Amino acid sequence: MSETWIDAGDPEDIDADDVARFDHAGKTYALYRTEDDRYFATDGLCTHEKIHLADGLVMGVIIECPKHNGRFDFTTGAAKGAPVCVNLATYPVRIEGGRLRLRIA
Amino acid sequence: MADTREIVIVGAGEAGVRAAIGLREGGYDGALTLIGEETHAPYERPPLSKAAIVSETTPELPGIGDARKLSEIDVDFVSGAVATKIDPNQRILHTADGAARRYDQLVLATGARARRLRLPGAELGLRLRTYDDALVIRERFRAGSHVAIIGGGFIGLELAASARALGCEVVVIEAAPRVLQRATPPEISSVIEARHRAEGVDILTGTGVAGFAIESGREVVTLADGRNIAADVIVVGIGAAPEATLAAAAGLEIDNGIAVNARLRTSDPHIRAIGDCASFPHPLFEGRRMRLEAWRNAFDQGAHLARVLLGEDEDFQAVPWFWSDQYDICLQIAGAPDMGARTLKRDLGDDAVLLFHLTEEGRLIGVSGVGPLGKIAKEVRVGEMLIARRAAPDAAALAAPGVKLKGLL
Repeated sequence: MSETWIDAGDPEDIDADDVARFDHAGKTYALYRTEDDRYFATDGLCTHEKIHLADGLVMGVIIECPKHNGRFDFTTGAAKGAPVCVNLATYPVRIEGGRLRLRIA
Repeated sequence: MADTREIVIVGAGEAGVRAAIGLREGGYDGALTLIGEETHAPYERPPLSKAAIVSETTPELPGIGDARKLSEIDVDFVSGAVATKIDPNQRILHTADGAARRYDQLVLATGARARRLRLPGAELGLRLRTYDDALVIRERFRAGSHVAIIGGGFIGLELAASARALGCEVVVIEAAPRVLQRATPPEISSVIEARHRAEGVDILTGTGVAGFAIESGREVVTLADGRNIAADVIVVGIGAAPEATLAAAAGLEIDNGIAVNARLRTSDPHIRAIGDCASFPHPLFEGRRMRLEAWRNAFDQGAHLARVLLGEDEDFQAVPWFWSDQYDICLQIAGAPDMGARTLKRDLGDDAVLLFHLTEEGRLIGVSGVGPLGKIAKEVRVGEMLIARRAAPDAAALAAPGVKLKGLL
């Protein structure tokens, strides 16, 4: 099975309990770091109106869209109620050699 | 409410639709009718001044709750129906098609209508309220055409940005000394005004309009000082008035819209009102009566009313919040900035500003932000939560650009 793990930067560039935008090959992702230093990745745009989630607020494991407060659990991608009803795609993340790696295929 | 078996909602905008969805999600299994004047399926209005105008192809209707069709949740959606009369004694709603519907609870979500200018030639001015209005305006905004926009409020300025994106020549004519005077402090409106000028929009503030006319095949705006401005299209965006005609005729209390209490109930216990048409006392702001023309308020009040009708005993006290997008800058306002006694400014460079509005006692009562979404949105959102908690955050932390407000929660 072919797996593509791409370099998504220095994990220390993302603040704890926050989110950062990451663009690769014409697509945008959101990378999350929890309070206890776990890392997650989702599609970068809200499923409601295509707003960058990296501009939104992280509260625990919830990312909130900065436009309409649509909420997702970024560990699973699950939409957490109106106005969002379509889940976010998530991507596996690991740290390897001090770099954050993201599996996109 | 065990005795509520028939609920009729008048108005299929954000508030009415959210109430309907919330009722079903909350387990209401009685009859539920949603009456809309327009023939379209329910849709969101915020894109009408922006994405719908600049769309290269005919814009899709920005539907509400795309995954949920109203019929799937057993809502009887009646489109193209105009409510004409409420009989509060019999608890019957009449519509123009002759139908009469009985209700246990009637929800008025009738919205607001764009104000008209009362001037000679006023009929030449286009207005924006509905999807159909947006289609007409989009058709008239052609590259190179001259657009005159009366009113430097949110609709006028968003349309100005859309018109520039399409290559139109744009003049905005505002009677007040600055744009957005009613909704924003000068530190915010000046950033927005400067951006419009940098984009090539001609903004005439402190300028009244005497009337419109057609001269030699072109439309002309005559200003109060006698000057004439020729245009290919005139748009009027001078605010909205609450649609309270039905309520007033039924004898309901009116106070800058349909007056409701903190449970969104009108002076008739069987009639509620939500969204742009309703004024309500806000517990976070000393019970001050507010009427908000905002997507978020419509959404929140619709959802809240559904919970109240299902028996939840809770006042509506969501923090007012609204936004506007113009070019690539975003404006967000939370709370009631105009109730602040003093303002702290967080300077975020030349393209972004955050203002924190505090009471005499240091309680945070409003946050205003303008700039790229990524520079302001997180802090406005945390500010909103601090307002809800009646917090009095440390002034130095508010003003310091590097401090994440989340640490103050």
